[in-house]
Amino acid sequence: MISVNIDGKEVQVPEDSSILKAAEKAGIWIPTMCYSELFEPYGVCRLCSVEVIRGRRSRVVTACNYPVREGLTVLTNSEKIQWIRKMIMEMMLSRWPNVGVVKDMATRLGVTKPRFESLEKDEDPNACILCGMCVNACKELVKAEVLGFAYRGIKREVVLPFDKKSAECIVCGACAHVCPTGHVKMIIEDYRGKKPEFTLGAKTAIYVPSMQAVPRVPVIDTESCIHFKTDGCETCSKVCEPQAINYKMEDEIIEFEVGQILVATGFDIFDATPMAQYGYGRYDNVYSSLEFEYLLNSTGPTGGKILLKNGKEPRAVGIIHCIGSRDTNHHPYCSRVCCMYALKFAHLIHDRTRAAIYQFYIDMRAFGKGYEEFYSRLLNEGITMIRGKAAEVVEASKSKEDEGKLLIRCEDTLIGKFREIPVDMVILCNAIEPRKDSDTVKKLFSMSKSPDGFFLERHPKLDPTSTMTDGILIAGCAQGPKDIPDTVAQASSAAARILSLIAKGEVEIDPICATVQEEFCSGCKICNNLCPYSAIEFLIDKNISHVNEVLCKGCGTCVAACPSGAMTGSGFTDKQIYAELEGLLEI
Amino acid sequence: MSEFNPRIVGFLCNWCSYTGADLAGTSRLKSSPSIRIIRTMCSGRVDPTFVVKAFELGADGVLIAGCHFGDCHYQEGNYKTMRRVVLLKRLLYDLGIEPERVRLEWISASEGEKFTRVSNEFTEQIRNLGPINLEYLQNRISHSLNEPVEVI
Repeated sequence: MISVNIDGKEVQVPEDSSILKAAEKAGIWIPTMCYSELFEPYGVCRLCSVEVIRGRRSRVVTACNYPVREGLTVLTNSEKIQWIRKMIMEMMLSRWPNVGVVKDMATRLGVTKPRFESLEKDEDPNACILCGMCVNACKELVKAEVLGFAYRGIKREVVLPFDKKSAECIVCGACAHVCPTGHVKMIIEDYRGKKPEFTLGAKTAIYVPSMQAVPRVPVIDTESCIHFKTDGCETCSKVCEPQAINYKMEDEIIEFEVGQILVATGFDIFDATPMAQYGYGRYDNVYSSLEFEYLLNSTGPTGGKILLKNGKEPRAVGIIHCIGSRDTNHHPYCSRVCCMYALKFAHLIHDRTRAAIYQFYIDMRAFGKGYEEFYSRLLNEGITMIRGKAAEVVEASKSKEDEGKLLIRCEDTLIGKFREIPVDMVILCNAIEPRKDSDTVKKLFSMSKSPDGFFLERHPKLDPTSTMTDGILIAGCAQGPKDIPDTVAQASSAAARILSLIAKGEVEIDPICATVQEEFCSGCKICNNLCPYSAIEFLIDKNISHVNEVLCKGCGTCVAACPSGAMTGSGFTDKQIYAELEGLLEI
Repeated sequence: MSEFNPRIVGFLCNWCSYTGADLAGTSRLKSSPSIRIIRTMCSGRVDPTFVVKAFELGADGVLIAGCHFGDCHYQEGNYKTMRRVVLLKRLLYDLGIEPERVRLEWISASEGEKFTRVSNEFTEQIRNLGPINLEYLQNRISHSLNEPVEVI
């Protein structure tokens, strides 16, 4: 540790720190414009100039890159320094009079109007002030080394190699992020075919998945994180004081041995892009239900405010039911939850914006406890219910002011008329559909699927949580579309079933199993190769086949194949089946 | 004369086809009443002698139904059934029983509608073939022995 005297204050700092760090520790402010903790001090703005006194000599140095030494005396606010700072700010202000950071710093340092005019005066509020932050970020943090300075003196500027789009640029956006004036901008030319503003707010590469996440810790998106592209950056670990960030962590596959599995893999929402008539993905203000739910959320991109893409509140909102459900072209089934969440949306929109709300429904299905009452309450709130599925959503703007306005065309079947309704925002009630990978899951647990693609229960009425495979249970939307109360009820029932078996401590296995009647077995070995579970072994000493009862699942394939009738399947013996046949064919 | 109501024995596998038939029932689909179902754990349990026995006892047709390939609860029982049915049909031909009286179908647990369709179609098919006449067939066997065997 070294002790330094800054403006009369004694500070103890580590040996390799700069004067700027020491001043920070002493609680003394030194103005900076090109300094960032994240990369090496650059020392171009000269604003951090301080007076250093050693012995009888005094020198002006830049605080950001001047290392402390034992017994150093630093003056940060002497007359000389004040004069230097003001001069720098006057020069900057004369060149970039409208740049926010320059104006703010000038005001802070007491400069209002420069005494001289610059020949290179740039009135752009987003002008480049040549601080070099972007160049340093690109070089030191990102390690892409795309940006650089070109030319000298007053012609100096930040350029890309050959002034062209560079293949070396990984489009991380670090330069735009550090730019204090907004001169460096990210232009996203192609984002899911939508304009860049269309995303519901950007995410950083390290983020907390949701405010309700358990455990609530950030995760790193390794596909977007700069560190995983160039090995650079590591900003998050630099700023994380407890040093909790570990880039070496990898996805782990943990194996558990369990006796029962509850499959609650949920659902996907129907992608409305193929239903081109509703303009999802084409028009900015057409949302899927899940996107709108995200918009409503107080931790969402707008903090729970219902806003259009242009930042204004909508004055009319259309909610279109049954997108992809109750539709023979997509899913014939009813997704059950949409009517109620559409009403909830209407209620919240009414509450937060007082916009006019139009619901386009086929049939209202308010089937649950208290649901019909909620529906009646909504009708009294003054929402407009239009019975008829909307035919299409079209752009309705005629002038610049009403850009983004939409028109919903539909037939109002109750009055028997064709209607066109202008709205600002359209919300689609997308169908609930089986998960994309449900086939893999199905195979994995040897389950079955019902015609709609959801997992099949053992019995639709009497056993809605078990499957045909013992020990595999299903709950929630994996079994079929359902709302939260129904899911909770089904999941609780499944959990209770699992617990009852655990409490019992033993399982009953099917008594169906093949056995060899040794006296009849000729040792032909036909059955040995048929068994998919290798449950049949050949006893060489006795020259007969033998069934391992633990491995045998009782399919009976070997029984049917045995030429000498030595193999019998309990529960399904030849005798029993013959008897069945005789009984069936008596009449 | 009242319409001929065939007697058809259906061997359905426990996991797919039997459940599929159950689904047809719970979905209130109208299936042919001619199909008399015997449940086996797997279509692989269907010994060809069961089929021959069924014809001997006077069945007019036999339906064997199992899981689709890759879906078998016992991994590959249905492949074995398929192999056996091909040979069985040759045998039936030699015995003088029309091979069309045996039908092999893959019906999954979700295909209640398919079960209804297959059972109705098959009943109609057997109705067109008419009742099995074992005595007549036995006479025919001696004549057909010299004909080349058709692979079905």
